Amino acid sequence: MEKRVTFRSAWLPYALLAPQLAITVVFFFWPAFQAVWFSFQLQDAFGLSTQFVWFDNFIALFGERNYWASFRTTAIFSFSVAALSISIALLLAVMADRVVRGALVYKTILIWPYAVAAAVAAVLWSFMFAPSIGIITYVLKGLGVDWNWVLKGDQAMLLVVIASAWKQIPHNFLFFLAGLQSIPKSLIEAAAIDGAGPARRFWSIVVPLLSPVTFFLLVVDIVYAFFETFGVIDATTQGGPAQATQILVYKVYYDGMKAADIGGSSAQSVILMIIVIGLTAIQFRYIERKVHY
Amino acid sequence: MIERRPLLDFVSHAVLIGGALIIAFPLYVAFIASTQTLEQVMQMPMSLLPGDQLVQNYTQVLTAGSTKGSKAAVADMLVNSMIMALVIPVGKITISILSSFAIVYFRFPLRNFFFWMIFVTLMLPVEVRIIPTYEVMSDLGLLNTYAGLTLPLIASATATFLFRQFFMTIPDELAEAARIDGAGPMRFFWDVVLPLSKTTMAALFVIQFIYGWNQYLWPLLITSEEEMYTVVIGIKRMIVGGDAANEWQLIMATAILAMLPPAVVVLLMQKWFVKGLVETEK
Repeated sequence: MEKRVTFRSAWLPYALLAPQLAITVVFFFWPAFQAVWFSFQLQDAFGLSTQFVWFDNFIALFGERNYWASFRTTAIFSFSVAALSISIALLLAVMADRVVRGALVYKTILIWPYAVAAAVAAVLWSFMFAPSIGIITYVLKGLGVDWNWVLKGDQAMLLVVIASAWKQIPHNFLFFLAGLQSIPKSLIEAAAIDGAGPARRFWSIVVPLLSPVTFFLLVVDIVYAFFETFGVIDATTQGGPAQATQILVYKVYYDGMKAADIGGSSAQSVILMIIVIGLTAIQFRYIERKVHY
Repeated sequence: MIERRPLLDFVSHAVLIGGALIIAFPLYVAFIASTQTLEQVMQMPMSLLPGDQLVQNYTQVLTAGSTKGSKAAVADMLVNSMIMALVIPVGKITISILSSFAIVYFRFPLRNFFFWMIFVTLMLPVEVRIIPTYEVMSDLGLLNTYAGLTLPLIASATATFLFRQFFMTIPDELAEAARIDGAGPMRFFWDVVLPLSKTTMAALFVIQFIYGWNQYLWPLLITSEEEMYTVVIGIKRMIVGGDAANEWQLIMATAILAMLPPAVVVLLMQKWFVKGLVETEK
């Protein structure tokens, strides 16, 4: 889409674009280019000498069992976060769409965790689930569950999934609520006149009409779980125990900053970039179809 | 409401109340813990009634941090967080409104190329270029500076898209009238485009304030000095090890302080928040 009426100037548009382009080039393109460049190099432990090794870093990476395990962990983690936060948010949104009294109060309580930083959310949940003093641990012990996420990988995974999903529920809730409110009332009324009960109306009208929003949220939530949950992992499990919660982004950080494996970390960055490009492409293809402007 | 369904109404309220309780429970526990002594928090189970240490715990963290972990005062961290949370949205809004104005209202060589350059940044989140970005920052001498904390985060494709999308809805007649009256492009920008963009700016501001306040990985990478810590990083530094070693009452007081400003912004500006959230991601 183009504007019919435009202004003319030989220099002004470039001047207006300059600040954004300068930041983009310095902090986005240059580092991204370097990530690709580093990924073909091997540095010694002190960073004194580098050697161009073509695809050796990638080959080493794919030969590493930990890396594949990290892929698997990331897949389990992001699908669990997306599924949990989408299903709870949908349930709450459908209910919130029904009620008249107290709707604003419910909405206000349900959206505030959006404002909580991922790392803070993780600290809150890890406190309640703390192996020796946590209040939920106490309840679980009463139920006969031996809870200790510091030692048990699957429990650590559960903890980071809960903390991450909790933070994402408000986001999904608001999108579902907006989706529900955009369904024409006449459709629902017509179905009611034809004798369809609330359950039938939900499955035959609401669910199909919400499916685009749900798909959109699935992609957004997976992107969220891939990248923005770094704080959750770093503030609680730090990838452990025994790498049970080492998602791909955490591994890039750990290998690069802590283990000082610049080449390996950069190769992982490049692979992540390819994944983001894929996810963004899916998101935009879908948006091109759905939103008209 | 289509028909009266008292039972379903009851179920709806029950589900919503249950959901609200679960969502709010962590906040409640954190607040209660922040008012107790360490011994009270360490009890198994801790009491779910407020203690009497509220003033003491908050004074302690605000002025001196924790005693076992980081000893940096949380008040200073709150100032750093506030600087990030204000500079990022203001910077983002400024540079994106200018660049989208150029892209929408001018025809010039390489226009599409520049637009794509900005678009591509969507695909390069900080997380995928951790090491090289760190190196660039250290080459430029921006480690442990406010410029380093904020500058790289103010370039954003989403804000540029949002303004572009909004500018497309401004009627052409306005630009035409301005041109006939002899107004130049910048005059048109100040007198017409800027006032019309107020709601879009407010919505973006709320979202970006939260984004700036809640940054974690970025400040973690480029700050190593205590006086540059943001409050979200500060909490992490207070956690020293196993749960018996942590001063949970102080950590929770800090967590409450870290949640307060963005939560207040979301609650007070709920309308802009919802608009910003739905439109920036659409």
